[in-house]
Amino acid sequence: MSAFQAVLLRDLRVAFRRWSELAHPLIFFVIVVTLFPLALSPTSSQLREVGVGVLWVATLLSSLLALDGLFRADADDGSLEQMLLSPAPMTITVLAKVTAHALVTLLPLICLVPVSAYTFNIPLAALPTLAVALLLAAPTLSVLVALGAALTVGLRRGGSIVGLLVLPLTAPLLIFGTRATDLSVNGEPTTAPLLFLGALAALAVSLGPLAIAAAVKVGIE
Amino acid sequence: MKLPRWFHQLGSPPYVYRLADRLCPWLGGLGVTLLIIGAYWGLVIAPPDYQQGDSARIIYIHPQTAYIGMMAYVVMAVAAAIGYVWRLKLAHAVAVSAAPIGAWFTFCALFTGSVWGRPTWGTYWQWGDPRIMFEALLLFLFLGYLALRGAFDDRDKADRVTAILAVVGVVNIPIVHFSVEWWNSIHQGPTIFRAGGPAMTNDMLVPFLIMVAAFTLTFYWLLLRRLQAEIIEREGDTRWIRELVAEGAP
Amino acid sequence: MTDRALLCGRELAVWRGERCLFEQLHFELGPEQLAVLVGANGSGKTTLLRILAGLGLPTAGSATWKGTSIAELAGEERAEIAYRGHHDALKRDMTVVENLAFHSALWGQEQAFEDILEELKLDHVAHMRARYLSAGQRRRAAMAMLKLQGAKLWLLDEPTTNLDGEGRALLVEWTHRHIAGGGLAVIATHQPDEFAMRGALVIDLS
Repeated sequence: MSAFQAVLLRDLRVAFRRWSELAHPLIFFVIVVTLFPLALSPTSSQLREVGVGVLWVATLLSSLLALDGLFRADADDGSLEQMLLSPAPMTITVLAKVTAHALVTLLPLICLVPVSAYTFNIPLAALPTLAVALLLAAPTLSVLVALGAALTVGLRRGGSIVGLLVLPLTAPLLIFGTRATDLSVNGEPTTAPLLFLGALAALAVSLGPLAIAAAVKVGIE
Repeated sequence: MKLPRWFHQLGSPPYVYRLADRLCPWLGGLGVTLLIIGAYWGLVIAPPDYQQGDSARIIYIHPQTAYIGMMAYVVMAVAAAIGYVWRLKLAHAVAVSAAPIGAWFTFCALFTGSVWGRPTWGTYWQWGDPRIMFEALLLFLFLGYLALRGAFDDRDKADRVTAILAVVGVVNIPIVHFSVEWWNSIHQGPTIFRAGGPAMTNDMLVPFLIMVAAFTLTFYWLLLRRLQAEIIEREGDTRWIRELVAEGAP
Repeated sequence: MTDRALLCGRELAVWRGERCLFEQLHFELGPEQLAVLVGANGSGKTTLLRILAGLGLPTAGSATWKGTSIAELAGEERAEIAYRGHHDALKRDMTVVENLAFHSALWGQEQAFEDILEELKLDHVAHMRARYLSAGQRRRAAMAMLKLQGAKLWLLDEPTTNLDGEGRALLVEWTHRHIAGGGLAVIATHQPDEFAMRGALVIDLS
């Protein structure tokens, strides 16, 4: 079994052993998505206009919730330094952890979105684009969230500052993602923003682990 | 890697401090002089824009502040990267000094842009305009850098962690610049840095460039002054600082 | 047995802000040699061990393993150094067996560990989640992870904490066996006599 597989399986195993915590981001997502129509009291066409943006913002915010599990838990019990000291390159280990996080946190969120899209009167025809856009944005989002977690792993109380760091960096995802969905709602071709999302994902996955590994190394010295 | 002597000299705090002392009067004097000349030229002498009238005179301030904000970020990121790779505390000091100055210039860019936007496009703020959005992102990057820095007790760790953040964020700089070409934006396309030369007539171009030079010199003057303060704080109670105080330095 | 030193510390110094923990520290360690690290609490034992493990850099000086700076080691050479600090690196939600299997996969040392568990008297809790183990049992599990790594250099930070008499005796025996088999060890401890053996180097940080 390679180190990548070992770390991935271990993170998945630990996450599922605490499955009640897995539900937190999902519940948060549902609450946020419900709060917006309550606050706005929109008509059904207004719902559709804000719906896309609300769904994307809610996804971004919810993905921040499972942050602590990425590095802090491992830092606290000493596993993170053992991973640093092992012969496996830290970038591979980080990639495995980010993948596990994406599978456990983002994938369920993305599954929730089409259902919520329906409640916002977003036409069914636009849902595949929405799903594809989210899937393309997921790797970048995972990498950015992991970067935030890694930068703050050395802090005793990382908490609130991570949002300040990570959320502005997710702005491009928001811009392209909502644009793709809006175009799809209007029946226009969506290749351009989707390609951008894909390009961002490729960039994030190839360079992100380097920055994350460096941040972890500095953080737990 | 064998590095030239001047590189090592630049790693010495007392040397840099004294160098800053010698450079600052020139930078500051020239910078402020050019600011006055450029401001008078631009605000009084240069002709009003044929479309926007007098409100376009903000072209002598707004693009410059934006440009300096971006330059400050690049200075910060490059210095932080140098400090990270070669473990030079002085490089980190430069990065820390550049951050608040860059943040202020970026804020001024957003503010002056907003002031310009009202008479020109009828709005103080245009959500969804890519250049505004990415410039705001730049401001958040600066603020994030400063916030993250402040959260660490250990200065050495703070230096290196924030260096990573600074380098990751440098991606935003070309995005801000090219955003007007890549997307539809209420901003006009690039006027100076474009194929075919600047699109401005000389009577506007000259004060424009004077203000660019003025703001650049002022930025470096501010940077060096902040750097001196940062050096003193980091070096603390060392011999050369005690000598400096004894000499009656400012 | 050769005279070649494998682990070298030259002019090591560590400053924490304005405070100097230690400076001008020199030492050399060759195969079949043990170093005992002593000093009062806060004297820098943990910091030194972490520097030797590559988890931090000294303020001045250098620490090398086989001539290469420890911070720059990678891959196989990095695997020759094992560090056990105050934390046991056990995931509380995984069983002992799962933890050990993960650890050996991470180090690329897939091997059976039933006999190690038996020697440590952990076989009857092998399939229990680590959260239900006592502190002493977790320490023993950490010992098993150390054995599994098969490293040449052992860096142990107060390894006898939480261990009962039997556990301590076992650890000392393992250490002596490791040294006799050509290994090296640097052990921070408040009881230097426990690990006493011929040719042991004493590094005193107070």
